[in-house]
Amino acid sequence: MLTLEKVTVRFGGRLALDHVDLAVADHETVCVLGPSGSGKSTLLRAVAGLQPVDGGRVLLDGADQSGVPVHRRGVGLMFQDHQLFPQRDVGGNVAFGLRMRGAAKGEQARRVEELLELVGLPGAERRAVARLSGGEQQRVALARALAPSPRLLMLDEPLGQLDRGLRERLVVELRQLFGRLGTTVLAVTHDQGEAFALADRVVVMRDGRIAQSGTPREVWQHPVDEFTARFLGFENVTEATVRGEAADTVWGTLPVPPGSPQGERPLLVRPAGVRLTAPADGLRCTVESRTFRGHHVALRLRPESGPPLEAVCALRDTPDEGAEVGAVFLAEEVVVLG
Amino acid sequence: MVLPRPEVVAKTAENAEQTGPGSAERTAPAARRLARRRAVRAGALRGALMALPVVFFAVFFAYPVAAITARGLGAAGPAGTVGTGGGGLDLGRIGEVLGRSDILDVLWFTTWQAVASTGLTLLLALPGAYAMARFAFPGKRLLRAVVTVPFVLPTVVVGTAFLAVVGRRGLLDELWGIRLDTSVWAILLAHVFFNYAVVVRTVGGLWSQLDPRQEEAARVLGASRLGAFRRVTLPALAPAVAAAALMISLFTYTSFGIVQILGGPAYTTLEAEIYRQTAQLLDLPTAAVLTLVQFAAVGGVLAVHAWTVRRRETALKLVDPGTTARRPRGTAQWTLLAAVLASVAVLLLPLGVLVARSFGGPDGLLYYRALADAGASGGTFLVAPLTAIGTSLTYALAATAIAVLVGGLAAAALTRRAGRLVRGFDALLMLPLGVSAVTVGFGFLIALDEPPLDLRASWWLVPLAQALVGVPFVVRTMLPVLRAVDATLREAAAVLGASPWRAWREVDLPLVSRALLVAAGFAFAVSLGEFGATVFIARPDSPTLPVAVARLIGRPGDLNYGQAMALSTILMVVCAVSLLLLERVRADRAGEL
Repeated sequence: MLTLEKVTVRFGGRLALDHVDLAVADHETVCVLGPSGSGKSTLLRAVAGLQPVDGGRVLLDGADQSGVPVHRRGVGLMFQDHQLFPQRDVGGNVAFGLRMRGAAKGEQARRVEELLELVGLPGAERRAVARLSGGEQQRVALARALAPSPRLLMLDEPLGQLDRGLRERLVVELRQLFGRLGTTVLAVTHDQGEAFALADRVVVMRDGRIAQSGTPREVWQHPVDEFTARFLGFENVTEATVRGEAADTVWGTLPVPPGSPQGERPLLVRPAGVRLTAPADGLRCTVESRTFRGHHVALRLRPESGPPLEAVCALRDTPDEGAEVGAVFLAEEVVVLG
Repeated sequence: MVLPRPEVVAKTAENAEQTGPGSAERTAPAARRLARRRAVRAGALRGALMALPVVFFAVFFAYPVAAITARGLGAAGPAGTVGTGGGGLDLGRIGEVLGRSDILDVLWFTTWQAVASTGLTLLLALPGAYAMARFAFPGKRLLRAVVTVPFVLPTVVVGTAFLAVVGRRGLLDELWGIRLDTSVWAILLAHVFFNYAVVVRTVGGLWSQLDPRQEEAARVLGASRLGAFRRVTLPALAPAVAAAALMISLFTYTSFGIVQILGGPAYTTLEAEIYRQTAQLLDLPTAAVLTLVQFAAVGGVLAVHAWTVRRRETALKLVDPGTTARRPRGTAQWTLLAAVLASVAVLLLPLGVLVARSFGGPDGLLYYRALADAGASGGTFLVAPLTAIGTSLTYALAATAIAVLVGGLAAAALTRRAGRLVRGFDALLMLPLGVSAVTVGFGFLIALDEPPLDLRASWWLVPLAQALVGVPFVVRTMLPVLRAVDATLREAAAVLGASPWRAWREVDLPLVSRALLVAAGFAFAVSLGEFGATVFIARPDSPTLPVAVARLIGRPGDLNYGQAMALSTILMVVCAVSLLLLERVRADRAGEL
């Protein structure tokens, strides 16, 4: 469906996209994940033709898009802040793409009705966009992008401006919707949870390059490097010397899974891999703070040596702040990074 | 994520040109070449947009003004005897003219009446601006609209209306035997009347958006009521007050119609003197020198104005005007409001008297009926004065069309901010406001009389001159709105399949159509009231309304006087109706005008 070959975009002397190669298959949902300034929005703009590329090629269904202006690319883009047309009502916004394709009036009305039904706003055609809530605007923007049946739908921080509860509900709805419609989707976000819930495949970007690509599960289980691990929210990363199935770190000698890369490498311990014991039975730590996360508690431990450790434990086992505990490490939750 | 948003037009142009099969990898020089070509395209587009306005201004403004000035300075004798090519410019004449005591008197009067008019306007209008910004009271919207009416009224009407109150056989003359038309007060009051709206709009508009909590914060920190006003509100308002003051001094410095009607021989401004020297004494050299003097003075005022406007753009925390107005509380506030309403009533009195005076004869419509008869004025007119309505409307419509086209293109070119050249172009567009309209009018007659530009006999001459004055209003009204259109909306339309032209039509046009309407209304009102240039170039058999009014005023006799009042009333009604239509579509916020 979509293929990027060594796509490069420069802003002045800075490389916003640096030889990016990426392929999105039919009916696949790919999420580009990265911090601000990593080039993910530029990537979408380059595919849409809004951002001229300085090098490389963008292909849609195998056809080079370099001579094709924005309005003939047949892709959909949902903008970060929706960009609904303020002077048109909801129906006018959703019908816009259909009008541009010269669809008949009756056809437009039918499709608008169908799409508003789909995004959960039936009968909203005549409402003014300025009166919509953030969530409703987002739905209208989605309906507008879907209406002309684009071969590729791109979403730029689709849920970025919504509050957390709404975001979590919508992301599930979106995933179901895309599955039902068979839409090919390329989305960008800086929110790991959103990417995990939405995507068939996750692409992590850093400084205009692709740092890692894989299924959400692969990426979370085996972050490719320290940057990706930290970006995904893991904090227990330290330098280690790996020999066989043991690694020497500031936190002592940790077990690592069989087949881990050897030598001097960064090492990640997922919080679930830190088990609490009596102080004498493991690495001696002080409980620095506790954060209640509903069904579990995240702990921040201050070890005798080395940087703080993140751990999780069940609600009923939560130690008091300032308590002395021991920490032992589980090999299956330890990852040796590249 | 902050992305630079390159110009959409440049982008689409670039996309269109990449027709060849793209190589998988472009070299850096190729990319640079591409970027340069993109910049060139953007420049070319801007150039194309600027071309028509530039040509328009060169041909219909710079050329006539330069021609008449050069002829005045180069001529040895009366107008027309010596060409411009002869002996070059005689700069000694400037000193000679400026040394004359009668000219020095005119200069002195022009300057001090402008300063006095500005001061008096601020004194009377600032309380009004405060009341309309901070007080909520019934009929406020209507009041705002009403005080704006004088601003777009033709100067001739304002002059006539004041004459009806303070002139010979005016209201005050009949009641108490007081006549002010031979004193400077009539001129000053007419100027206040005319410019009241400028202060209410620019200062009051900003005032209503200042957060009152800023002043409250100062009070809590220990400032007295006056201290809080002086330290918090006044500094925030100062640039707006300065801008309004400069605008008023500009208008009053170049005042013509009002002075022409109310001034008499004792009081004459530069503009009126230029008219006298040109039209009556045929002393072109003196007129040319005076034109240059006025040009320099206005240039100076405009430069200061531009500087204060730039300073006005300092970051102020602005809030919704709807949230800052309160019902007046306490005796002091009610008294202030009452005083403001009373002063507005006094200011509007002349319009009422004007209308009352327009009715006369047994059935009250004598003067209106006389307007339909060419012979009634004893040979003042070749045609019935009433035909001036049709003439005025047709000219104004044509002038509006030209002004909207030229001004719209200019505003579009100025939308994309750019370097010095474009800023110079911006300043150029404002010049017609400052150059003597009389000079422009006479310049038209002198310069546009040879093929290929022999327009002397052409119907288009009047609308072209009037459009010149309308263009600055169109540009000032359109520009902020055009600049405010979010480029991303255009991108959203493009992604949905709209071509660049279609995206402009679907996104930009609906958003700016209101501003376009407002701009057209302004241009229409300005053209309708234009007097200084039109008085020269309107043909005797097709006078416009202001020209006809001025002619009637200049004639003795009750019938002429009454007809002048009647015709002024008609002109006022035409203006007020178009303005009120405009007020309905105009956004209720602080604009530049």
